[in-house]
Amino acid sequence: MTPERFMNAIRFTLLLLVLGGLTACQHPHTPDHRDADLYQALGERAGIETMVENLLYLIVEDERIAFQFKGIDVAHFHRQLSDQICELSGGPCLYTGRKMRESHSAMAITETQFNALTENLILAMEQNRIPTGAQNRLLALLAPLHQDIRGL
Amino acid sequence: MMRLIRTSCTTLVLAALVIPMASADPGSRIWATGGVTTIEGSAGGGLVPWAMLSGYASDREWGGTLALTRAELDDFTVSFTGVTLNWRNRLEVSVGRQTLDLDTLGAALGEDELSQDIFGVKTRLWGDVLYHRYGQWSAGLQHKRNRTFTIPDAVGARDDSGTDVYLSGSKLFFAAVLDRNLLANITVRGTKANQGGLLGFGGDQDDGYEAQFESSLGVFIDRRWLAGVEYRQKPDNLGFAREDDWWDLFIAWVPDRSLAVTAAWVNLGDIAGLENQQGAYLSLQGSF
Ligand code: HEM
Repeated sequence: MTPERFMNAIRFTLLLLVLGGLTACQHPHTPDHRDADLYQALGERAGIETMVENLLYLIVEDERIAFQFKGIDVAHFHRQLSDQICELSGGPCLYTGRKMRESHSAMAITETQFNALTENLILAMEQNRIPTGAQNRLLALLAPLHQDIRGL
Repeated sequence: MMRLIRTSCTTLVLAALVIPMASADPGSRIWATGGVTTIEGSAGGGLVPWAMLSGYASDREWGGTLALTRAELDDFTVSFTGVTLNWRNRLEVSVGRQTLDLDTLGAALGEDELSQDIFGVKTRLWGDVLYHRYGQWSAGLQHKRNRTFTIPDAVGARDDSGTDVYLSGSKLFFAAVLDRNLLANITVRGTKANQGGLLGFGGDQDDGYEAQFESSLGVFIDRRWLAGVEYRQKPDNLGFAREDDWWDLFIAWVPDRSLAVTAAWVNLGDIAGLENQQGAYLSLQGSF
């Protein structure tokens, strides 16, 4: 190995270490202080409820997923999802609905449908002017639910 | 600066061609998760393939991309034109043509350019870049065929065609840096290619496959802007001139699913004895 190539190998290793270091800093989220500011950033209970309402409007307009929601008890769904987001974001709420795997198992949700819902959620947050950082933090809390919702 | 302006002008003309094609609904994957098109046609950054498949097709859809890229280095111009198809976010197929204009060396060598065709396939083996804890992993091949072999032959290349094999892992870490999403990619490639294949495959110093590491790291400033860095190790098979690793700094703008514009500063190191080749890179991608 020439000295030049050796230096390059070192540089590359450093890049990997930085990468690895950042990964290691990804601690699992538990409702803590940091997440309580997330609850504030989402506009507290009222903000979350409007966001979920906006989400519902987007869902019924979206032909990729609207059919999955046909005939549901909309008020119940709105309350459950608001409770869940409120609790996850560190707010003073308690989600009392079913486990994600249980409530979604009969729907055979495809990846396309999951992406459609994620897209609508992001659009709903944008409609509510939730700052990018808070959007990302909420997505970080919801992304791990993917496996259960899709029944994988 | 002139160089950047010239590149921008070319790109504007090309944009006029790409944008109208990219009008249909390109698929359901989340914005910017198809990456852009590398100078070898596979979805990725500019120089390094990522584990994501091209465009926006999700598991019930198909889609694809068309890309035009140009990098004006000190003594060379690299360009690439290619198309990809993505079937159900499972299989990506790509075809493209890459050329290196020998701006400075041309007269002395009696040739204007080096050029090759690249045929690629990539398959998603496992996982998902956004939703899976361990990210997404894909494997791919890039089969490259030189269209001009006089110069590679003269400098000691063994073959006028070759196939790279690679394994890539990509993962998006939500809210990882100042609450911004971080995209990390790592690729290991087995290759015999000299300067990516433009100078043929294998050489007088080494004619075997070598494992090379490639990596990139990008931060989503918001869902439309991704800025980052890429690094690509390269073999050094030819005795006539030393070959360097490549790196770049990039910023990509993805206003919606149909369009992506990437600007970068690339450093391709020494090429054919001309030192430290750097320059502006601009790439346009339309998705369908
Ligand atoms: C991160 C993504 C998701 C979250 C956080 C989420 C959350 C929830 C919650 C909290 C409930 C109420 C459960 C209960 O009442 O016990 C629910 C129900 C429901 N979800 Fe999801 N969900 C997600 C993705 C999806 C997707 C992708 C679909 C389909 C395209 C979907 C379709 C439904 C339907 C139709 C119900 C009503 C079920 C019923 O009342 O019988 N969900 N979801």
